[in-house]
Amino acid sequence: MSERPNSFRNGPDERGRFGIFGGRFVAETLMPLILDLEKAWDDARKDPAFAAQIADLGTHYIGRPSPLYYAERLSDELGGARIYLKRDELNHTGSHKINNCIGQILLAMRMGKTRIIAETGAGQHGVATATVCARFGLPCVVYMGAKDIERQAPNVFRMRLLGAEVVPVTAGAGTLKDAMNEALRDWVANVENTYYLIGTAAGPHPYPAMVRDFQSVIGTETRTQILEMAGRLPDLVVAAVGGGSNAIGLFHPFLDDPSVAITGVEAGGEGLEGNLHCASLTAGSPGVLHGNRTYLLQDGDGQILEGHSISAGLDYPGIGPEHSWLKETGRVSYVPIGDEDALAAFQLLARTEGILPALEPAHALAHVADVAPTMGRDQIIVMNLCGRGDKDVHTVAAALDARVQKAN
Amino acid sequence: MSRIATRFDALHREGRAGLVTFVTAADPDIETSAAILVGLAEAGADVIEIGMPFTDPMADGPAIQAASIRALAAGGSLTVTLDLVRRFRRSDNETPIVLMGYYNPIYHRGVATFLEEATEAGVDGLIVVDLPPEEDDELCLPAREAGLDFIRLATPTTDEKRLPAVLANTSGFLYYVSIAGITGTASAMASDVGAAVQRLKTSTDLPVAVGFGVKTPSQAASIARVADAVVVGSAIVDAIAKAPEGEAVNAAKTIVAALAKGVRDARKVAA
Repeated sequence: MSERPNSFRNGPDERGRFGIFGGRFVAETLMPLILDLEKAWDDARKDPAFAAQIADLGTHYIGRPSPLYYAERLSDELGGARIYLKRDELNHTGSHKINNCIGQILLAMRMGKTRIIAETGAGQHGVATATVCARFGLPCVVYMGAKDIERQAPNVFRMRLLGAEVVPVTAGAGTLKDAMNEALRDWVANVENTYYLIGTAAGPHPYPAMVRDFQSVIGTETRTQILEMAGRLPDLVVAAVGGGSNAIGLFHPFLDDPSVAITGVEAGGEGLEGNLHCASLTAGSPGVLHGNRTYLLQDGDGQILEGHSISAGLDYPGIGPEHSWLKETGRVSYVPIGDEDALAAFQLLARTEGILPALEPAHALAHVADVAPTMGRDQIIVMNLCGRGDKDVHTVAAALDARVQKAN
Repeated sequence: MSRIATRFDALHREGRAGLVTFVTAADPDIETSAAILVGLAEAGADVIEIGMPFTDPMADGPAIQAASIRALAAGGSLTVTLDLVRRFRRSDNETPIVLMGYYNPIYHRGVATFLEEATEAGVDGLIVVDLPPEEDDELCLPAREAGLDFIRLATPTTDEKRLPAVLANTSGFLYYVSIAGITGTASAMASDVGAAVQRLKTSTDLPVAVGFGVKTPSQAASIARVADAVVVGSAIVDAIAKAPEGEAVNAAKTIVAALAKGVRDARKVAA
């Protein structure tokens, strides 16, 4: 990328690309459907009635706008920049995922689809999908890696309570990437009636752009709220990136504000030296998987590697294509944060603010804890608290227990 | 004339359909795989498709997924796949070889490098499942330029509006996927397939091969009556997987011989 674009907010192009990233790398069986979806999405986004429906459900069902909260005790403890948390963990279902699910299920119904499928990692997207399917009375099948089913048992139970069928996927390592393969296999066999409700800003065009647009409510609200509360734009905005939907939702409305620095935080797992991490942007290379070209964790033969993170929601070897482009243009910086630091940040927020963050935003918080002390009191950081930590209590307890035992 | 065109010409003159067989490279191991390829041709395969192992075969059913995993565990890779083609070409310079798989290993190697190695090894065509016509400049056009056929899949979802795009840069033959779904699962009705093939034939002069869900010699025969070739993959891969230790080559040859007989006798029975 030799030239700086006039705007960072114009992508994707008509081929669904952000620079070289994105595209439509899918089997022919799915192509007519992808083109239909693109057309339906183009129509819907121009329809004021569609926007009004989303806004109404946003207010009365999700609980939008979510608060922007000045975390005073956390800021004092870190002793630097003033830290604001965008409280998307207070949404119905406990994470930002519902923003996208409401938008897509309305679109699915506009398209006349009668069956919804989804993939899930941590289970947050699965729960959000099962929720909107219950709300609109559509059958729902959620593909989830067997390993994730084990470590996210409460969310599995929630999905079943909501009437969804949760299908365990044992292929590969039994995590998010394998669940996505299985969802694609279902879709290709049931193209007529089925809508694939992808949970992150990845996959074939138009998904990355569409999911971003549904999630941009986060950044749009944040922009208005920070201007009201602080009278100016933040110096830094930070979010965790797995597939990258909460991050692109927060970042996108700020991309053309040069005074705002933007950082995405990847899962550094147990360190970038080996393979036990999910830092596709920091340690991966461009490749093609799940319908798009993007940064991937892969070996020398182009085989996809299994990622690792303490957070099931970040445990994906790829990343949304727009993030790959934002990395290459230099507009957004991406940094890894490891399991240990995320665990420490989880406890820090519990102790200082009385908030249990999900392990995904705990990664973002760990980076905030690193940089806030190097900034002045007059500076502002906004971080997306994209999910609540209730689902992770058992994982955190087990990890802390193991560390106590190790120390003894 | 390319090996693929030559072979389909010969089949046409013989008045019969061809048998296209699929196996995954390096399944169950590299040496056995080399022997299986030779065995396929001996047993009556007219075209050989070799699956390039990939960790995430999104369009494949359980049988071919498992084959990919076995192959990777046995040291399979794109390099090994190309080596297997080279070895096969030492004893057989006529049977067309088509590599089938997913784009990432090719992209990661570099398209230009891959095409050079593939043509040098004796590959005749490519089927890359996750490259629709919308992405033709990635590999399809460079491959055609390098003299390789780029074989595209048409599916039950390929309607009249879509078909010209699918056919535009397709060469060698057209692969009609008889069901909307993954490999090796349901099978289509021969009558539906016949109608679909006729429809495709009004738009292209390319031979039409039909696959997905063809498992038995009698199914193969019924497809052979209405199409230019029959593709069988999962059933062969399954036979390799279920063969006792040391019997994989024989198991593959046995099923392929039976399929070949079904295909060869099909039109005689019909006539």
